[in-house]
Amino acid sequence: MSDVVISAEHLSKSYLVGHRVRRERYTALRDVVARGARSFVRKGGDFFAGRQIVQGDEVEEFWALKNVSFQVGRGEVLGVIGRNGAGKSTLLKILSRITEPSAGRVILKGRIASLLEIGTGFHPELTGRENIYLSGAVLGMTRAEVRRKFDEIVAFAEVEKFLDTPVKRYSSGMYVRLAFAVAAHLESEILIVDEVLAVGDAEFQRKCLNRMAAVSQDGRTILFVSHFMAAVKSLCSRAVLLDEGRIAGHGPVGDVVETYLNRGPSEGRRQWSERDRPSSAELQLLCVVLEGGRSGVAGCFQHDEEVRVTLGYLQREDTSGYRFVIQLLTASGEVAFTSTDQRYRGPRSYRRGRHRTTCVIPARLLNRGTYGIRVWAGIAGIGQLIKPVDVGRMTIEGLDVSGSVHDINWPGAVCPDLRWDIVNELPVSDLHAV
Amino acid sequence: MNLMSGGAIDSAGRVLVLEPGRAEQHYWRDIWAYRQLFLILAWRDLAVRYKQTVIGVAWALIRPVLTMVVFTVVFGKIAKLPSEGGAPYALMVFAGMLPWTFFSTALSEASHSLIGNSNLIGKVYFPRLIVPTAAVVVAFVDFLVSFAILLALMFWYHFLPPWQIMLLPLFILLAFLASLGPGLWITALNVKYRDFRYVIPFLVQFGLYISPVGFSSRIVPAQWQLLYSLNPLVGIIDGFRWCSLGGGSAPYWPSVYLSIAVTGVFVWFGLSTFRKMEKSFADLI
Repeated sequence: MSDVVISAEHLSKSYLVGHRVRRERYTALRDVVARGARSFVRKGGDFFAGRQIVQGDEVEEFWALKNVSFQVGRGEVLGVIGRNGAGKSTLLKILSRITEPSAGRVILKGRIASLLEIGTGFHPELTGRENIYLSGAVLGMTRAEVRRKFDEIVAFAEVEKFLDTPVKRYSSGMYVRLAFAVAAHLESEILIVDEVLAVGDAEFQRKCLNRMAAVSQDGRTILFVSHFMAAVKSLCSRAVLLDEGRIAGHGPVGDVVETYLNRGPSEGRRQWSERDRPSSAELQLLCVVLEGGRSGVAGCFQHDEEVRVTLGYLQREDTSGYRFVIQLLTASGEVAFTSTDQRYRGPRSYRRGRHRTTCVIPARLLNRGTYGIRVWAGIAGIGQLIKPVDVGRMTIEGLDVSGSVHDINWPGAVCPDLRWDIVNELPVSDLHAV
Repeated sequence: MNLMSGGAIDSAGRVLVLEPGRAEQHYWRDIWAYRQLFLILAWRDLAVRYKQTVIGVAWALIRPVLTMVVFTVVFGKIAKLPSEGGAPYALMVFAGMLPWTFFSTALSEASHSLIGNSNLIGKVYFPRLIVPTAAVVVAFVDFLVSFAILLALMFWYHFLPPWQIMLLPLFILLAFLASLGPGLWITALNVKYRDFRYVIPFLVQFGLYISPVGFSSRIVPAQWQLLYSLNPLVGIIDGFRWCSLGGGSAPYWPSVYLSIAVTGVFVWFGLSTFRKMEKSFADLI
């Protein structure tokens, strides 16, 4: 790359975090007083030494970024992807000069504008018109610049009628549109954008993407962070994948997105030690294994692969008539569905010994997101042999889950791919018949 | 290439290096480049100040006038303390209250300013010095309103302002710096140690009684004058009275010099602490 605009060399950033030591079940007043005194002495010492005060009983250094190096050329759109907590926001904060790195350095050429949050600098009491000037100034525009672009901003935000209304009276949609409109009209050589698509409806997201595509066509450099892989793929040419503060992938956007989607946390297996097994006199749950059609044993799957949830169990006593039940819960705790193996059990399933029962969740059924898995065993109408136990979680990821061009989740606990029958070119006389 | 000027984050084509502990090379130039943000932040605080109040800006008039009435009654009528020169007691109280109110509001607004703008500091870069300075400017607008009241009072008492009133801007500047110095220091510390949030209201309340606001500094015995003048407000308030009430109330000059020196030390100290801590604000706030 001959014309490098951003060059990051061995960037690292550490924070101090405090932990609370796990509390004993019973605490004596003496312990509370002693702990309080220790904490007070430590904070007092920190104060006089000019150190940061950290709440908690133990202080630990946490590296949000570790040895990150990359370069971005002029006019390039670089996607930054990674799971929550991978260090994306920390990286953007360093590049936008909000915080300084703990080690390493960055060389930037040209004017930088960053949009880390929708509505930075907005004040709820001020009117839309006033907020355009305020937010523009906060983001680094001059008054003259804002004035020149004022009509464009207002038109983009579609708030002409409410320009003199305090923004606290705006609907959330109007607020977000206005806030993005100001930022979208920044003129800088480097634009840093974090997760703006996380808010707003599909229409707004489309508008944002178009606007950013237009900006990049002007030859300006963009760093774009998003969880929406379709947006990253359509906008960026290259991408950087961050994982636990390190670079885990770097290159053409297609490859990096692929790497990202295929990296599941390898927590697809749970095995209980003999003491902890969920059990009754008759039954013992031994293990739970999550396996994807393509991903293998994992905790994270593509929506277009089937997921097999296998329960290994030990039958210790002669007993029959029971069944296993599996329940998937959405992130908000609602039941997505419940399923049982009762219909598939035969007499051999009730012999003493080790058994395995597998629930096959078809591809294109689950929605994107995280599901909790709950399992129990019981005899219908009689009682439970193994009480409901939350055995783990799994994450479903993937592009165009809904089959729509906009990469957003459709509402609903599941998002099944159902068959549609379409009949075209009906004769006019048929219109009322259907 | 340089389509925009003034508030540009970075003048076009400049290379910027971000490194731990690296001093900002263009610090003061950056502040100048961000002057529009400074003005607009000050304007925002002013515009928001009396929104959704019934009597609005009248609050800026009512508060000082009522305080003056109370002080005049308590110190002038009940305690029967002497005024300065030939000026009416109310006028003397008001001339002392002007710099005091300016100082105390500026100090408390500046001390809270960084925490009050934490959403900005965590999300966007600009020279952080702008925030407390803009807060002091807001207090200055209140001061101007009060100053108009002082002129009205003079008119009411048929009191002709002396020639020294031309020197008043110097003392205003001194009051400005006297509040900015500790303000910078405390607002920076406040980011790290929130204890200072509780110190300021106490300090301001306390300061009202150890500064010659409701009374004249002449009632302090001569042997204590110099020690008393370690409080920079003594020199400032005396100077204010001298400028607005005339030669009969010439200040004790050593106290003015002392107040300039103390203010200077505070400004230097506040500024250096602020700049040292500035880069970690976003991590700590």
